[in-house]
Amino acid sequence: MSTITISPVTRIEGHAKITIHLNAKGEVEDARFHVNEFRGFEKFCEGRLLWEMPGLTSRICGICPASHLITSAKAGDDILSIGIPETAEKLRRLLTLAQWIQSHALSFFHLSSPDFLLGFEADPALRNIFGLMAHDKEFARRGIRLRKFGQQIIEFLGGRRIHTPWSVAGGVREPFTREERDTLLSWYPEVTETALMALETVKRINEKFTKELSCFGNFHSLFVGMVGSKGELEYYGGNLRIMDSAGNIIADNIDPRDYHKHFGEASESWSYLKFPYYKPIGYPKGIYRVGPLARLNICDHIETPLAEQERRSFKALAPMTEAVNNSFYFHYARLIELLFAVERTEQLLCDPAILGTHVRSKAEINALEGVGASEAPRGTLFHHYWVNENGVMQKVNMLIATAQNNMAMNRTVRQIAMQFVEGKSIPEPVLNRIEAGIRCFDPCLSCSTHAAGQMPMEVLLYDVNGALIERRST
Amino acid sequence: MAVKTLTINGDQYSAQEGESILAVCRQHHIPIPTLCHLEGLSTVGACRLCVVQIEGNPRLLPACTTKVEEGMIIQTSTPKLEKYRRMIVALLASEGNHVCAVCVANNHCELQDLAYQVGLVRVRYPYLYPDKKLDATHREYVMDHNRCVLCTRCVRVCDEVEGAHVWDVAGRGINCEIVSGLGGNWGDTQTCTECGKCVMVCPTGALFEKGVTVSEMEKKKGFLKYIITARQKKEWISQSE
Repeated sequence: MSTITISPVTRIEGHAKITIHLNAKGEVEDARFHVNEFRGFEKFCEGRLLWEMPGLTSRICGICPASHLITSAKAGDDILSIGIPETAEKLRRLLTLAQWIQSHALSFFHLSSPDFLLGFEADPALRNIFGLMAHDKEFARRGIRLRKFGQQIIEFLGGRRIHTPWSVAGGVREPFTREERDTLLSWYPEVTETALMALETVKRINEKFTKELSCFGNFHSLFVGMVGSKGELEYYGGNLRIMDSAGNIIADNIDPRDYHKHFGEASESWSYLKFPYYKPIGYPKGIYRVGPLARLNICDHIETPLAEQERRSFKALAPMTEAVNNSFYFHYARLIELLFAVERTEQLLCDPAILGTHVRSKAEINALEGVGASEAPRGTLFHHYWVNENGVMQKVNMLIATAQNNMAMNRTVRQIAMQFVEGKSIPEPVLNRIEAGIRCFDPCLSCSTHAAGQMPMEVLLYDVNGALIERRST
Repeated sequence: MAVKTLTINGDQYSAQEGESILAVCRQHHIPIPTLCHLEGLSTVGACRLCVVQIEGNPRLLPACTTKVEEGMIIQTSTPKLEKYRRMIVALLASEGNHVCAVCVANNHCELQDLAYQVGLVRVRYPYLYPDKKLDATHREYVMDHNRCVLCTRCVRVCDEVEGAHVWDVAGRGINCEIVSGLGGNWGDTQTCTECGKCVMVCPTGALFEKGVTVSEMEKKKGFLKYIITARQKKEWISQSE
């Protein structure tokens, strides 16, 4: 057997490599997505205080620290057993959506769009945000400004753009000012126009890349995410819903506290990233996807008008008897969510309650176990804490969005390799397609292994005897 | 009381007999970094950050415990002193678990301020990453030994000002640590009055209020001067002074 290795994988958040294993005939037999970084947050948070956890866990990631911050604070609320003030919840919702805006804009404009707008065959040296600027300055500028808008909200709320410790158990630390609110409102309608422009672009991409569309993670799996009490797209609260690939809801209204009853985590010796699965079906058949594609599939409607209109177009991509099973449409779903986040933040900013000054409730330890959950940009995020009566962490479990997509990413890599890899070498455009398959999921490996770092990726090609034939870095 | 004349950094000063070099320097606004020293508490000379050079003496002496003498010629800031002060702060950083970014005292920490002050840009000693405990058994406060620099301010303020003597120093060398109630949990001591003086005088995030998060623990030390002045002079000054 031969093996091809792509290492490091580029334009994703973290470190990874891909190995492609060939059979005696030189055909692709298997392909694996390996995550080779490790930090061990769950272990070294033991012995620290509950109140420190939002600040500690937000350090897991530089892209979505706000998601860890919010989820950790929610786990803290659960242990303190308190309700937080109305203003605090609305401000936390605003922060969560700001995180969606900046992360989704980053994923599409900075990381993925160069492949689609410049082409998979384009010079790798130009196939990045700088090449995009040279190709279409206005498009790139608008993308960068949209991300800046998200970051600006985070900075106003939390005092800084990355690793703010602003959300805490019991609420948030500081209220929001009228001046900040007015400054943010002045970004409209530009940000709405940019979100709509991105959607038009992705729809053209969907029509153009038909060959990729057929194999970029096009398979059946379950979909998991949160929905609101009326079945609406939810990002902060809500309960879990599980849908199968035919669009049937197989479990609904699951309290996120019970996540561990429904999801298990398997390990493989070749990756630091665990393999979560749906327990009633077992490993590995209980494969499921989270994130934009899952959220758009499972929700009944979206509460903002423009995004709801797009959701209907999205649902029309699949026959009535199926969910949208193609991972290529992650990009489309992500941009619909981006539009929703832009619309919803405007609604929140116009809500007078957001300017309230009572934003923090205080309490002592009232429960020894607590779970926080929210929809991070990449999917459902769970923080599960066990403390002693003094609030000292005894055990920590974090189930991260990217990890939940791990099996799906592996299957995507295999599917693309089988479609495009021929013979014992990998042409650069094929290499890039394999990476692009991974980028559909917008993985954050720093988060998923609770590790941090840049994310180059390499691909290794092995022959039938396990000998390394080729190592390619991107 | 006799007056002593001495030279500090080339300028002549006079001082009362029995005064420390540090006291004279503070009176005349001559900067000397300190950590264990706190106005209102007894002097222990533990941190050695205030070391100065005295002509004719080959050793560096702490300004806080060295009394002025007639004709002393003192240097408070030389390349040698700056090097040693940097070494002291680097050693303190390397022997504890100081992670400013997630510390409750970030931006309100005297150790952090000192690192900036002495120009510490990197620590060349290997970090020890000691396995230290966190005592959260007290109802109101927390003691995190990871961030303790053994300045003993807490020991002194509790004994000398509050009169409760909850804290002591136990162990030797690298195993030295602050203990409450002769080595039990802080929450179990019967002597603690929950006054919080130890928390406020602690220079780092080792002692803090339960429930605070990153950067939220501001130490207000004005109370110490207020209490000392009230006791000694029967004057009740503003605590912000």
